[in-house]
Amino acid sequence: MTKSEYVVKKTFVTALVGNPNCGKTALFNALTHGNQKVGNYPGVTVEKKEGKLASRFLAHFTLVDTPGLYSLNAKTLDEQVSRDVILGNIQGEKTPDVVVAVLDATQISQNLNLVLELLALNKPMVVALNRVDLARNRGIEINSERLSQKLGCEVIETIATKKHGLEELVQAVHRIQDAEKSKVTSSSPQTALSNSPSTQRERMDAIDTLLETVIIRPGSDDKVSERLDTLLLHPIFGSLIFFGITFLIFQAVFSFASVPADMIEVALAKIADFSKIIFAPGMIRDLLSEGIIPGIGSILVFLPQILILFFFILLLEDSGYMARAAFLMDHVMGKVGLNGRAFIPLISSYACAIPGIMATRTIEDPKDRLATILAAPLITCSARLPVYTLLVGAFVPARTLGFGVSLQGLVLFGLYVLGVVFALGTALLFKAYFGGNNTTPQIMQLPSYQWPQFKNLWIGMRDRAQMFLKRAGTVILSITVLLWFASTYPQAPMGATEPAISYSYAGIVGKAIEPFFRPIGFDWRICVALIPGFAAREVMVSALGTVYAVENAGEENLGKLAETLSSHWSLATALSLVAWYVFALQCLSTVAVIRRETHSWKWPVVIFVYLTVLAYFFSYVTYRSVLSYL
Amino acid sequence: MQLQDRNIYRLGELRPGFHGIITGLSGTDAVVMRLLEMGFKEGRLLEVLHEAPVSRDPIAVRIRGVTVSIRRDDANFIWVQEN
Repeated sequence: MTKSEYVVKKTFVTALVGNPNCGKTALFNALTHGNQKVGNYPGVTVEKKEGKLASRFLAHFTLVDTPGLYSLNAKTLDEQVSRDVILGNIQGEKTPDVVVAVLDATQISQNLNLVLELLALNKPMVVALNRVDLARNRGIEINSERLSQKLGCEVIETIATKKHGLEELVQAVHRIQDAEKSKVTSSSPQTALSNSPSTQRERMDAIDTLLETVIIRPGSDDKVSERLDTLLLHPIFGSLIFFGITFLIFQAVFSFASVPADMIEVALAKIADFSKIIFAPGMIRDLLSEGIIPGIGSILVFLPQILILFFFILLLEDSGYMARAAFLMDHVMGKVGLNGRAFIPLISSYACAIPGIMATRTIEDPKDRLATILAAPLITCSARLPVYTLLVGAFVPARTLGFGVSLQGLVLFGLYVLGVVFALGTALLFKAYFGGNNTTPQIMQLPSYQWPQFKNLWIGMRDRAQMFLKRAGTVILSITVLLWFASTYPQAPMGATEPAISYSYAGIVGKAIEPFFRPIGFDWRICVALIPGFAAREVMVSALGTVYAVENAGEENLGKLAETLSSHWSLATALSLVAWYVFALQCLSTVAVIRRETHSWKWPVVIFVYLTVLAYFFSYVTYRSVLSYL
Repeated sequence: MQLQDRNIYRLGELRPGFHGIITGLSGTDAVVMRLLEMGFKEGRLLEVLHEAPVSRDPIAVRIRGVTVSIRRDDANFIWVQEN
């Protein structure tokens, strides 16, 4: 073999572009075999998904996924970013060499609009005519060869979910790339895209004429989705099913997750014990068994819950139900001045406010968008879940109310409802302050129902788990270790009367801020844990673990933080802390994202102060009421 | 085609079960562009399929095999004739 054969071919970039719900994500996952990096475009917070072509295709190129869009008019930020990606107007990003336009065969008439706009950009392009199986099932027959002739670009039939046509698509991409390279003058992208109602009508007329010869049989409508919608969008049954589904999710997060969570807890306790056997007494051993292991453990224990929550969110998205939920909730959102599009960002905020705030980019109206961003931090995110689970588990009796409903689950559900109520109230407040009305109609597609793809669910859950663990492994672990040092040193003087931690740096700081928090029932230990908790909510749990583990270092009760807390705190204190967590913006990442999204420090500061005041007020009311009435 | 005034409605005032043809779009260029992009073009057939439980708003409309959700206020930009 010669040396040159080892030289990797110069790779090029292919961008996937298509309407929302055209099967683009499934195609991206199938082409990259899930080998993908999720990030952001520089300067903006539109999600950037990039992956290398799976090795089984025996070809090299980088695939870039773009947000789903209906046109290149760049009315929304997603549309602007997609357009800039395609035209190579984003600094630091390579201009795509080839564009793959994904066309849903079941909705060819609507999807062709974007394809024609893309063709007008005059870039090397291949059309992936996706979901040909679903089209065939509905009796739709499309002559893809004639479509290719009419469009003047290759059309490859694909079934992303069954991995059909992928090799052909990859070959076509390579063919057009090679053809482009051999051209003397490379085609220069046409940047001017004039659009007005009259050009839009002309384009639609052109599509209709084109389709007359391309569609052999128009087929029938999607009868299955039609029948499902009759039930799922029914005014009474549809609403009941919607609330049933949301309630089921929270019950599942609370009860299904307890088995793996318990197993993780037991395993980590064993590891901590083991570390005490293999390491000699001293700082390293203490750091491991009292700092690092309980720190990791109290975060890891919540991974099952986060995975279950994301499983349901992805399931609802993948199956097409999420859009129906938005339909059912649209008027309620409208009442607080938001629109149906705000429902998806707010629903995403259940997992984490950060993707939720990022998802607000699909909201065209800047005022609507800002109101949604400011409401998002109040939605119960998954980082609050560890805190709620710990405190609800420790202070609410594990009683069954019948019909499989547990009291703890009910309380947790109530906390979620409280978050929604205040999020909507906040949106209403800011919308009233901003004034003004929407200028463009909010129209949302209700996609055909489809069976969720196990692979897509798996990749989505894996990405989220990785993000969560990365955060736990870096930020949270370092904060935990830092806190362990702060709560261990300086050590207690000889003949000390108080627990050792009260002499440490953490104790000193905690006691210093205690007077501020005393009216709402927080003692200095909670104050100590609140400090790192400002970096990220869930750190509070591991911080409490550290604070109490250090204090009770002599006892062998590291794993059962809940038991420790229930014996140390009053019910009033616990509920006051829960109330604090419903409101307080205890998440620096959210503050940073709001700063980035609004391009000013004004809104992060406003929302931080607003939420801290709310948190303090409601914690005070909770604390005082529980003390007086219970 | 002779249009009879009594048969022309705003889409926003209609209930599920309505079948008709789009006769016109009103509103600013931005409004019309959005409606067109989502398939609401003069001469096309549409059908009102569902309405949401709260205040019967929004409505789900099928046009060219695609089902979309549109608020009644926005649907009022679309003029339709019953058929």
